[in-house]
Amino acid sequence: MNGNATTASPSLFERGMLMLREKGDLELYANVFVIGWAVIFTLWQGVGFAVTLGTVFCIWAILSVSLNLVVGYTGLLSVGHIGFFGIGAYGMAILTSDTSYELLRTESIPQFGLPFFAALPICVLAAGVAAVVVGVVFNRFRDDIYVLVSFGFAIIAFNVFLSWRALTRGAYGIPDVQRPQIGSWVADGEIEFLALCVVFLLIVVGISWFLVSSSFGRVLKAIREDEQVAQVFGYQTTYYKLAIWVISAMMAGLAGGLLGSFTTFVDPNSFILLESMLLVSIVILGGLASIRGSLLGALAFVLLEEGMRFITYLPSEFIGQVRQVVLGVMLVLLMLFRPQGLAGRYKL
Amino acid sequence: MTSRNVAHDEYYGIQTIGVTKAFDGVKALDDVTFTIPIFGMTSIVGPNGSGKSTLVNLLTGVLPFDEGIVKIETNSFSVIHAHETPDHGITRTFQEVRLFDQMTVWDNMMVVLTNRKLFPSMIERSKSEHRDKAEEILKQVGMWEKRESMAGELSYGQRKLLEIGRAMALDVQVYILDEPFAGLFPQMLERVKDLLRDIRSNGRTVVFISHNMDIVRELSDHIIVLESGKFLLAGEVEDILNRPEVIRAYLGA
Repeated sequence: MNGNATTASPSLFERGMLMLREKGDLELYANVFVIGWAVIFTLWQGVGFAVTLGTVFCIWAILSVSLNLVVGYTGLLSVGHIGFFGIGAYGMAILTSDTSYELLRTESIPQFGLPFFAALPICVLAAGVAAVVVGVVFNRFRDDIYVLVSFGFAIIAFNVFLSWRALTRGAYGIPDVQRPQIGSWVADGEIEFLALCVVFLLIVVGISWFLVSSSFGRVLKAIREDEQVAQVFGYQTTYYKLAIWVISAMMAGLAGGLLGSFTTFVDPNSFILLESMLLVSIVILGGLASIRGSLLGALAFVLLEEGMRFITYLPSEFIGQVRQVVLGVMLVLLMLFRPQGLAGRYKL
Repeated sequence: MTSRNVAHDEYYGIQTIGVTKAFDGVKALDDVTFTIPIFGMTSIVGPNGSGKSTLVNLLTGVLPFDEGIVKIETNSFSVIHAHETPDHGITRTFQEVRLFDQMTVWDNMMVVLTNRKLFPSMIERSKSEHRDKAEEILKQVGMWEKRESMAGELSYGQRKLLEIGRAMALDVQVYILDEPFAGLFPQMLERVKDLLRDIRSNGRTVVFISHNMDIVRELSDHIIVLESGKFLLAGEVEDILNRPEVIRAYLGA
């Protein structure tokens, strides 16, 4: 009669492990946790802070969604995505900034003085053109070698930003990047800029969703699973890989253009390899082949980054390191217990 | 290069002429010349390491061949690209089952059916004709109930069935199956046999590799025997399997 005594109920640890492995639950908790965190921050720090947070989130969300198309859906583990982000930001800076009055005349660069909305498509196109060139080379590689090659691209891109001083002013960076402007209306208010970023984020998410739910998206997944079999069934996989690579890079270029205009200052330090690694971590944390996961990952990352500032007893010089340690630990834990990420269904 | 025992010469489907493939200097296939007739079922037999799978990989562009020519219907090729395989009227399965593991059974089928053109495929959603075909094949191979499962979660036998189904979804002339019977339970074995007969009864060519001589005898009309990378014999099944050199080489008796 005493059946309960013989069958031991699962320990708290076991139940915890079970919860981690099951889909749904953890994703829900993570959503509630991250969004709750964002709400608490807003209430605590005020709307002005939330607007900044929202803008940074939109930019990182565009980046992570675009990278997920390549890493999560197509299975090309690229750690060089930051290069296209940088091309977008520098494109915006070079095309719109007026540096002629600067004291540092020695580092003068060509003046174009284009308005924001004329420069943005050029940023996107520039990233796309760069992606075609890089992608044609990258298509020769796969798996581990692909990671290394994309690593090389990130390093090359950073060094171009740093060293091509006639165009980028090197380490001085480019100040006075323009804010969006239509006629006499200038989106110098933070809320207007946030609205613009939200619109672009929605467009990027819309395009991404449209692509991954099409036949094209299914072929991308097939390439991720077994490229050779996809070929045997009649798909010229190199074109598919190149197409998604270019689309993804153009989205990153868009994010870069927005970033340049948002911060009004562009310098090479925003495009170091480490940032690229953080971006890959966001995508994996959020969940491979999950657009929702990438949005969640970007939000968690931005909260983590901005939230660290408010830990008053933490010396400011350690904030960057602590942020990376936290992300690193989360990544290791997640890979151990839930390799498909918070919202994803796929493993690397 | 000698042309030996070419059955139904005027109706050849696939013909290899002097095909050679070496891995690091070791010849996996050496000057192989034979014909796979367009009619009926052809089995490729030979001991382990005789080059059967290599041969299938060459015919479907999975591996490039070093020398020789492959004639498919009336076209000659000295290079075969994997992505042109369906255009050549050929599809295949793999010895070690290769499904798209982290995709559903349904998506595994749909990949084979959808548009092969890059830009149209971006706007193509699932079409009813594709869905109907996928449903028909999945029911035929008995995997309809499993359509929502991830292919990687299926049992070995189910994976074999799905892979054959995936090949069947492609409307081509020649179906090359690399060891479709290996490691299957008797029930499953009958099912796969029936599928092969179904394909043949639609007027299509079935080529399969097998070690099971009972099945080879039962199913195939023609047989091609390879031995250590060389073409040994080809012809009608009963005729070939009773030859002393085949018995010696292959059955080891």
